[in-house]
Amino acid sequence: MLKITDLVHSYGSHRVLGGVSLSVAEGELVSVVGPSGCGKSTLLRSIAGLIRPSGGRITLGGRPVERTPDDLAIVFQDYSRSLFPWMSAANNVALPLRRKGMDRRQRREAAMAALDQVGLADAGSKYPWEMSGGMQQRVSIARALAYRPSLLLMDEPFGSVDAQTREDLEDLVLNVCAHHGITILLITHDIDESVYVGDRVVVLTRSPAVVAADLVIGLGRTRDQIATRQLDAFVRLRAEVGRLVRGGHTGHTTESTSVLEKK
Amino acid sequence: MKVVTALGRLWLVPVALVVWEVVTRAAEQPFFPPPSAILARMHEMWFSGPLSRLLLTDDALADLGPSLARLFSGWLITAIVGVAAGIAIGCSPRLSDYVNPLIQLGRAVPPPLLVPFFLALLKLGTPAQLATIVFGVVWPILLNTIDGARTVDRQHLETARIFGFSAAERLWRVILPSALPKIFAGLRLALSLALILMVIAEIFAGTDGIGYRLLYTQRSYLYPDMWGCIVLLGVLGYLLNSAFLLVERRVLAWHRGARQTT
Repeated sequence: MLKITDLVHSYGSHRVLGGVSLSVAEGELVSVVGPSGCGKSTLLRSIAGLIRPSGGRITLGGRPVERTPDDLAIVFQDYSRSLFPWMSAANNVALPLRRKGMDRRQRREAAMAALDQVGLADAGSKYPWEMSGGMQQRVSIARALAYRPSLLLMDEPFGSVDAQTREDLEDLVLNVCAHHGITILLITHDIDESVYVGDRVVVLTRSPAVVAADLVIGLGRTRDQIATRQLDAFVRLRAEVGRLVRGGHTGHTTESTSVLEKK
Repeated sequence: MKVVTALGRLWLVPVALVVWEVVTRAAEQPFFPPPSAILARMHEMWFSGPLSRLLLTDDALADLGPSLARLFSGWLITAIVGVAAGIAIGCSPRLSDYVNPLIQLGRAVPPPLLVPFFLALLKLGTPAQLATIVFGVVWPILLNTIDGARTVDRQHLETARIFGFSAAERLWRVILPSALPKIFAGLRLALSLALILMVIAEIFAGTDGIGYRLLYTQRSYLYPDMWGCIVLLGVLGYLLNSAFLLVERRVLAWHRGARQTT
């Protein structure tokens, strides 16, 4: 579905991506994790066609990405700069549907349905600035869902909300992915989160980033904020990803102790 | 409660009027008639007409009608042209690099300086007057619109790109609304400038309107009438600004809301 081969990108003389290769299968939820500043956002922006990478190949559904693909949606970290404050939540969700050839009533219905799916059935007429951060991010997710993309990119989608909201949103994304068979590539710097939401976790190294590891999580789709995090498999995977993010074995001891403390 | 505090701040107005009245009566200068005399003249000249016409006299219609028509048509023409040009320039960094020096030069020219030129070039009366208003008023609208269109949030533009907005959707749903707060600031400034330029245009290139009446009364030594014109213009400026703010508050409700929360 999405295939990235040897992706390279430099800003001037600073090389950010040093040959990233990864692929995402239909219906998969892949989280990409890496140290901050390692080029995760550059990777995402290349996939979205927002920047033209210096080298390498990206294909989406078999076709090379040159401009922004038609059936791709993004949920940005900064919801307040992504939703349009001059439109109600329902209009924010409905606006992108114009190009799908839907009439006004169909767009309205699709928007209300999507808002309902993210638990905001009654908030359609509210403006983004009348909502909490978590609600605004739900609207962004609803906008992406209503658009029915073949690939949904999420750029640190829970980076700007509080811990409780974050857990709710993680479960919302898992739910959506399971119910809609939507393919998601989620970028995060949070090790715990990458394991909790991912079917697979792709770990990037420090820039120039390459793929350090590509781990299958295998915890199933039904996950629980408390029970899943207590599983031995989860703890082991989190420790492994943590070590990889810190660059090999240097962080081994500290990570193990912190795991023990949490247990 | 709000009304009470707002009224509370207005106490200085009657005090100032009383002081004005007392001082002018004591001075007995023909150039400075007391406000009561000015108001009496204003009432006589403009507001003693039939009730069916909101008390407006023939003179009021003859003075205010052409003036307001000039003011609004000049302002509206400029608003449309200025916003359209400003969006086009603001959206194109290259175009804005090219025209920026010209705009800076143009706005540095005091608009009344061009009245003689417009008089030589165009017909005395409406064309020259409109040209004066348009030329003077276009700068704040143009500059503010350019700034507004140029500073659209990058992520809003990226969102438009990701979701495949057409050029028209980008313009009407993203760029124009996000530039609107700045456009309104420009339009408001332009409205008060338009009033000033309307008067200037009527003084130099007019045969009717409040500005012309002002000049005429001054030349005829009718000082209470002349002061009446001045007061009328002041009140007009105040009313125009208040009406504009009322509209702005409705149209930009989202902007105030968004600013208060972030």
